[in-house]
Amino acid sequence: MASDSDRREVIDEALQLGQWAKASTMLAELWHQQPAMANAAYIVSRYQRMSSELSMMPYRLGLLRSFTVEPLVPLLRAAAFASGVNLAVQVGDFNAYAQEILNPSSHLYQFKPDAVILAIQARDLLPDLWYRFTELSPEEVEQVIDRTRKDLSDWVKTFRCYSKAHLIIHGLEMPLRPSAGILDAQGKLSQVEALRRLNEGIRSLAREYPGVYILDYDALVALHGRLRWHDEGKWLTVRLPVAADCLIHLTNEWLRFLHPVTGKVCKALVTDLDNTLWGGIIGEDGMSGIQIGSEHPGAAYQSLQRAMLDLYQRGIILAVCSKNNPSDAMEALENHPGMLLRPHHFAALRVNWNDKAQNLREIASELNIGIDALAFLDDSPVEREWVRSQLPVAVIDLPQDPMGYAEALRDSPFFERLTLSDEDRERGRYYAEERQRTELKGGTASLEDFYGSLQMEVEIASVTPRMLTRVAQLTQKTNQFNLTTRRYTEQQIAEMSASTDWRVYSLQARDRFGDNGLVGVAIARFDGDFCEIDSFLMSCRVVGRTVETAFLSHVAAEALHRDARYLRGWYLPTKKNDLVKDFYKSHGFKLIGEREKGSLWEFGLNNGCIRTPKWISCRIEEANTQ
Amino acid sequence: MTELVLVSVRRIAADLFDIPLEQVLPHSSTATIENWDSLHHLNLVLGLEGAFDVQFSPEEIAKMQTVESIALLVQNKLSGGK
Repeated sequence: MASDSDRREVIDEALQLGQWAKASTMLAELWHQQPAMANAAYIVSRYQRMSSELSMMPYRLGLLRSFTVEPLVPLLRAAAFASGVNLAVQVGDFNAYAQEILNPSSHLYQFKPDAVILAIQARDLLPDLWYRFTELSPEEVEQVIDRTRKDLSDWVKTFRCYSKAHLIIHGLEMPLRPSAGILDAQGKLSQVEALRRLNEGIRSLAREYPGVYILDYDALVALHGRLRWHDEGKWLTVRLPVAADCLIHLTNEWLRFLHPVTGKVCKALVTDLDNTLWGGIIGEDGMSGIQIGSEHPGAAYQSLQRAMLDLYQRGIILAVCSKNNPSDAMEALENHPGMLLRPHHFAALRVNWNDKAQNLREIASELNIGIDALAFLDDSPVEREWVRSQLPVAVIDLPQDPMGYAEALRDSPFFERLTLSDEDRERGRYYAEERQRTELKGGTASLEDFYGSLQMEVEIASVTPRMLTRVAQLTQKTNQFNLTTRRYTEQQIAEMSASTDWRVYSLQARDRFGDNGLVGVAIARFDGDFCEIDSFLMSCRVVGRTVETAFLSHVAAEALHRDARYLRGWYLPTKKNDLVKDFYKSHGFKLIGEREKGSLWEFGLNNGCIRTPKWISCRIEEANTQ
Repeated sequence: MTELVLVSVRRIAADLFDIPLEQVLPHSSTATIENWDSLHHLNLVLGLEGAFDVQFSPEEIAKMQTVESIALLVQNKLSGGK
């Protein structure tokens, strides 16, 4: 992968050349990969240089605060830029939030904010309750609560008089440890209970006034761990209560509120199937082989489906985009007992072998929503990168471990809503019922550039003894990218590779996302002028990246090297291998025979050659003498 | 290793002060870099803490006056444990 400094050179060059869109995409990518302080400063500085050139949505945020928030501002602005919002931030004076709200000609109102965040802490708002709780009588505690509730109520009411901006109020955080220790939980009106009551008071204010929302700060801190969140040194010296590595979490929480108020939210989630909605590959592993259910290992996938159902209930439209045979996919969706999601939950289905970016365009058009209103979920980093490079779709990154899938989806800010209407609740269903298929065609941007960016390497080798198990296994379980679907045992593979009339090739592939391992097998039989491809198969993991062409190219070159004049191969159709029915045709083979069992194709080796795609670097391991 | 830390510190400082990397040299200090005010100093501290997964004490933060001394401090923390 390109190093950071290389990437910055490219970005700065793009800026100099006036390639705003390219610079902007790369900056957003940089942010998503490393949302850190230094990157934030760099990203903000570069976006500012071109802010007049990009059509970004301007948005004004006022920050009223009782603690140091300045270091968060560049993080927030970088994150906003990366999602297409040019955020201007005004930070109010330290602990002057009440004056700012109550004075109609304050800096706050002059700034004309679209949204205001009231970032206050209990220790600043009611220091008596926070620091001197053990000295207070229950009556005094009640007084403090009443007074503070009244203050808050006055502030919100006054704010609503002077401004139409959204107001986001931090709920109050519980102390690390209550002043009275474990005794606190035993008393009638504990310190924690007092803070909870105040939080309930803030919640009722939010219900009372339109455009007022609560940020549950205590839950946010708890999620990341109170001890880790709090940095006593920074608090006591510079009045920053948040540790360096938690600043990004507060930034992201603020963004969750800014997404819906700026309209940067997604209406639909498009999901992959194999290894995303369930474990395994339905076309290979079948109904009994895929993992989905309430027990491990299917449980992780069921948790993800539960998270999707929650989105569906919130009015998010669900759709499927999967490289699969439609009948296999539908069987799992309809009949697998472990599935929580069923076909009726999905408003659009694209189950085919086409480019996913193209499928996403079609889905957006079918649902009649903007392409930027789609979010995309896929376990393959290659598919994610491709979609990200092609479309302004919100791509949700998944961790390697399926156990983390549900959390990754729930953590994504793109679906946040501040209100939920009955119509929202119904929307998912409505779209699913309106499902129609419209055939559309549209040009895609450069696929070749993308292939190049994958840095694909393949290694083609004659099969060695240590590969026998994997090679035999591939012939036995590969169904989809498999021209003849002939199943062989280890013993048979060993015999063929030992014979002079046969060659058995293996293919290993890697790209910049990692090593895919041994993913392809080709078996060729030589007979005079003819070389017949007995078997040619690839794992689904690498299908659609032209690796197969590199592999076929090598088989052809070897055949020519062994003085064959014609390369021949059967396509034997099965229920599963529709994917490869045009494989030979698309590589320049001529149809020379058709029988009931399948079709025979031939390639004249003296009249042409099959080229290895230029974006694949190909290494040939010479045959071991056996 | 020290060289690597020094380069990283320089890069982080250059980003946070919004000046070219070439202008952040080992002997650069609060006196020679105009943008290096107290707010940028806090950003630098937080940026370094986040990037290297370390934490500085108030005394250390007060002493972080030149790029070189900061790199040394980070280096010591990395090799001596936090």
